[in-house]
Amino acid sequence: MQPATSLKRTPFTEFHRAAGAKLVEFAGFEMPVRYTGDVREHLAVRNAAGLFDITHMGEFEVRGAGASAWLDRMVTNHVGAIAVGQALYSPMCRPDGGIVDDLLVYRYDDHFMVVVNAANMAKDFAWLDAHRPADVTLVDRSAETALLAVQGPRAADIVRGHVPAAALDLGYYRFLTGELFGVPATISRTGYTGEDGFELYFAPAHGATVWQGLVDAGVPQGLELVGLGARDTLRLEMGYMLYGNDIDDTTSPLEAGLGWTVKLAKGDFHGRDVLVRQKAEGLRRKLVGFQLDGRRVPRHGMAIVSEGRPVGHVTSGTFSPSLERPIGMGYVEAPLAKVGTALEVQAGSTSLPARVTARPFHTRGSHRS
Amino acid sequence: MGYPDDVRYTKDHEWARQENGLLTVGITSYATDQLGDVVFVELPEKGRQIEAGGAFGVVEAVKTVSDLYAPVAGEVVEVNSALGDNPALVNQEPYGEGWMIRIRPADPSSFGALLSHVDYEKLVEEQHA
Repeated sequence: MQPATSLKRTPFTEFHRAAGAKLVEFAGFEMPVRYTGDVREHLAVRNAAGLFDITHMGEFEVRGAGASAWLDRMVTNHVGAIAVGQALYSPMCRPDGGIVDDLLVYRYDDHFMVVVNAANMAKDFAWLDAHRPADVTLVDRSAETALLAVQGPRAADIVRGHVPAAALDLGYYRFLTGELFGVPATISRTGYTGEDGFELYFAPAHGATVWQGLVDAGVPQGLELVGLGARDTLRLEMGYMLYGNDIDDTTSPLEAGLGWTVKLAKGDFHGRDVLVRQKAEGLRRKLVGFQLDGRRVPRHGMAIVSEGRPVGHVTSGTFSPSLERPIGMGYVEAPLAKVGTALEVQAGSTSLPARVTARPFHTRGSHRS
Repeated sequence: MGYPDDVRYTKDHEWARQENGLLTVGITSYATDQLGDVVFVELPEKGRQIEAGGAFGVVEAVKTVSDLYAPVAGEVVEVNSALGDNPALVNQEPYGEGWMIRIRPADPSSFGALLSHVDYEKLVEEQHA
């Protein structure tokens, strides 16, 4: 099984291969989709801890006197409101309210780091660069940045002693810079799983040191290697967005239920006019979560039907290992978005009864707010 | 990786084992590796007539779904009801307890036309090239 030579690798690719991972192409990278099994890896993160290679994510460095004000014109959440050492989740909108990407903004003492989805790296960089004023510099640091996530209720115990003590006191969406297994790193209490944990940014040259350190410290605590398969089921149980599935250039953050990240009062930003109007006029469609009985799984693109009429489509679906039942998300006509509404998902010639459910689906995660 | 030599194969990654004039059918370890954890298997009713290459069921995994294709034409004489409670058998023992249906072939010689383990291994390697 030879990888196509054009795929980008991470500092951890050989560790994945040695661990028996099934490697697949994802956004131009050769990435592990699973090591032992999606369900086992998923439950390891819920019950103990998991180690994820997410080096494929993109990192942009933003500097300059106008950086904060400019980022606030580019994204919908309020960058100006966060302190040094804080991270912020935000959609970045087009003028028509569609979402270019969803991303994280980190405020360091003298610059920002913007972390974007791998599949959108080139698009985001071009978009940002095209709107960049003269007093801001934008540099793509993706190739110089390795990124691992340790997620799960044991995550803090695993990194204890290998990170500055202050890292263990970080609140959710807080970060610091310091030594990680003796190498310089950004240690961030963030994640995409609903569990406590850390996302760790460092230079690729230190990949082996950090990987081996985490494995050695973690395996006795129940740490498992986790692939993109379980990363998706973990995020979906939390109702977190996957760009390209649940949100894209044609969906607005309000439709997606991301109203909490849209700060209309902060001043003007791309998409604000449209979002103000959507809010005033009411939304035509909304993203909902739903659960199904039985074991047939809703899949991206399937039609959602109400009383024999198509009313939307599935954006994400999976079999939830924690709930042991199928779950999904999708856009439906706004009047059908109320929790408890009965819908049907069209799976080929079969109609699967579904019921609108509050998100997150999984409410027992260990992350601290 | 090796594939068992006591069964024959289809290009759609099903296997069939001949016993007492019946064919036991399941999916290969290559298929289960591609699918990941199986969470549900939809199987036909006993007595249904199926066509060679026709879809006879559905296998749902956490990440993906796939149709099941009949290796030969015939009548479904038994289905593996154990998969209802324990679909993970398909991952754990794809050539054993994870079997799916038994078929009485319409043409007893149709089994011989399926792929040998050598040809199947070659096919899998080619799909990866």
